[in-house]
Amino acid sequence: MATDLLLFYLFGGVAVLASLLVVLRRNPMHSVLLLIVSFAALAALYITLGSPFAAVIQIIIYAGAIMVLFLFVVMLLNAHKEDEDLAAAPKGAAGPLRAGALLGVVLAVELVWALVKAGGTRDGALAAGASPDVTALGDVRELGRLLFTDYAFAFEVTSILIIVAMVGAVVLAKREI
Amino acid sequence: MVPLGHYLILSAILFATGTLGVFLRRNVITMLLSIEVMLNAVNLAFIAFGRTIGSADGQVIMFFVVTVAAAEAAVGLALVIALFRHRETLNPDTFTSLKW
Repeated sequence: MATDLLLFYLFGGVAVLASLLVVLRRNPMHSVLLLIVSFAALAALYITLGSPFAAVIQIIIYAGAIMVLFLFVVMLLNAHKEDEDLAAAPKGAAGPLRAGALLGVVLAVELVWALVKAGGTRDGALAAGASPDVTALGDVRELGRLLFTDYAFAFEVTSILIIVAMVGAVVLAKREI
Repeated sequence: MVPLGHYLILSAILFATGTLGVFLRRNVITMLLSIEVMLNAVNLAFIAFGRTIGSADGQVIMFFVVTVAAAEAAVGLALVIALFRHRETLNPDTFTSLKW
């Protein structure tokens, strides 16, 4: 029981810290690498939630494929030194920046407040209503059955989405077609 | 077992961090990264809910979100390359040709 909570705070803290640094670092290269740390912490949280398949997907697709794509572009554009021209930005930019930061903090407070407020009533009801069978949740066979029966249409649409994204990326990035 | 509320609050904090990044950063690539942070916060909420009601649907939806994130990253980065080719910068404040 206590180890569960300890693991949650450990990996949750790592995820929050890494995500904050992603946002605050000036160097996009550091941001990408720190985001991989955040993804790894989230994958560990998925394992504590009894979803090893989600954790593996997170590592292979997110940390593996998507982040490599980002790293590629950062290196390709040689964009290691962002915001050199931030000083050259118009003087009026500081106001909107502060307003944006304020909005982000307000959003965080609001979300946490709403969840804490709702958590007292719904969390108990949810936990009492269903008996989570954690071992069954990690069953990849069940997940595959769901994907190809209940979610078959969404799964097929996904393949169209990927083709569209692929063609779009080629068209956009190519110099002349 | 860690209560659902803990995961939801963590998810809210991560989502707000991502929002903060979109507002604060002046670099298109970092803004895309912030969007990935937000998508991950949503994934965490889905999986936590799925665990709580004892259903695998949360994981299936997380799978779809990851697919959409991959497509978004591919198109978004292609856009970044196209923009960089035209303007030699990644600062979104300079992309104002559609501003009226």
